Amino acid sequence: MEGAAGRVVLLNCFVSPFGNRVRIALARKGVVFEEKAQNLAVKSALLLSSNPVHGKVPALLVGDKSVCESLVILEFIDDAFAGQPLLPTEPYARSQARFWASYIDAKVRSHTHSLFTVRTICIDRTRFLTLSRLDRKTITWTQMPDCARRVWQSPKGSAAVEEGKNDMVAVLKTLEAELGGKSYFGGAALGYVDVALVPFAPWFATYERLAGFSVAAACPGIAAWAARCVAENPCVAASLPDAESVFQFVCGMRKHFGMID
Amino acid sequence: MSPPVKLIGTFGSPFVHRAEAALRLKGVPYEFIQEDIENKSELLLKHNPIHKKVPVLLHGDQTICESLIIAEYIDETFEGPPLLPSDPYDRATARFWAHFMDQKCGKPLWLSLWTEGELQKGFLKETKENLALLEAQLGGNRFFGGDSAGYLDIALSSLAHWLGVLEEATGVSLMGDECPALRRWAGEYTSNEAVKPCLPSREHLLGYFTANKDKLKLKAMAMLQQ
Repeated sequence: MEGAAGRVVLLNCFVSPFGNRVRIALARKGVVFEEKAQNLAVKSALLLSSNPVHGKVPALLVGDKSVCESLVILEFIDDAFAGQPLLPTEPYARSQARFWASYIDAKVRSHTHSLFTVRTICIDRTRFLTLSRLDRKTITWTQMPDCARRVWQSPKGSAAVEEGKNDMVAVLKTLEAELGGKSYFGGAALGYVDVALVPFAPWFATYERLAGFSVAAACPGIAAWAARCVAENPCVAASLPDAESVFQFVCGMRKHFGMID
Repeated sequence: MSPPVKLIGTFGSPFVHRAEAALRLKGVPYEFIQEDIENKSELLLKHNPIHKKVPVLLHGDQTICESLIIAEYIDETFEGPPLLPSDPYDRATARFWAHFMDQKCGKPLWLSLWTEGELQKGFLKETKENLALLEAQLGGNRFFGGDSAGYLDIALSSLAHWLGVLEEATGVSLMGDECPALRRWAGEYTSNEAVKPCLPSREHLLGYFTANKDKLKLKAMAMLQQ
């Protein structure tokens, strides 16, 4: 299918690493698209009808069809639009790229039950009190699916933040080892895994400030790779928010959920 | 001549089944290497150092991990009927629902079987909603892949075979009368000539789940703490 038929619209939130993966992929292919910023606290009818199953960003609208889930969208963009694909052509190399993208989603920032969903249950005191004592105990601040969320959704100085930080550094070190001496995970040029990971780079400063560590100190290879992605690829530079904007966004979220910093 | 294909797996795992089903639907001969998951072998740890899980596909000196990634690799590498459709949007749809199974459906489904009280009620409600979505997605088709079983059927295969066994072992009804299309599809999938030989015996699975009820209930509570 050379060039999808119909208008291309991306539903995104500017800080979303998942949405920004799609921004980069579209920019890289030179696909003309319109971006519609979404308010995730008050979800639009368009978002809910485009992603009825999850109600999340990103959602890519192509004509009257919608594609959801960022990695699914990346593969769709490869399949549907002309231009250099993100994934390599050889099946084994493709399987390895998919493996590492899946690893990033499982370890850095999973899709599973968000703390904010849990916290919302807890804020609704009436509902909370109808749960049994055992059930209340299980819905705690420690119910965290992934290290990134543990770092920015936990009270400052708590054990969850420390554990989240340690897990995150371990994950980044594993990725750093996989990168090895290559310029990019994709080899000589930006590829699928690079696009899957680099949108977390603007979040590094937020994790660092909340958890008290330095990505550059712990994983210099990853820090250098992130800088290279931005410096050498206009599609990346144009698609990512600045670190300070992400931090301000996160601070706003934390205040909203009653965390005093 | 293509290098040999080996699959490291265990009895009873729906993830291992996905890899076997993909090989069999594609018509690829392979050797099955039985793994003892309680006592992991050097072979497994060497080939899947990151996750230390099965299935693991060995193709010559290449290693592929993660059941859905293995299925796509098999589809792209070997001649045989295609597992994924050719249209980009249909491919995205198949991948989306496979993701849905693993990311959204799997855990609440498991927890709806092994928890109790208010918690169980919540997981049960969520699971029935998820199954209703899949019921709608299947529609009047014979398989999720259309006329023949494909990638998405493989991805959802635990619903075709394991779900019925788990319902019987726990007494929890998940599909009930609300999913006639899924029930019909389950029958189609489990009687498919290519796939049938790599489905673990119902009796064996039932025996295992019944015998390990208490252990599985404890594990479910531990899962909630994670």
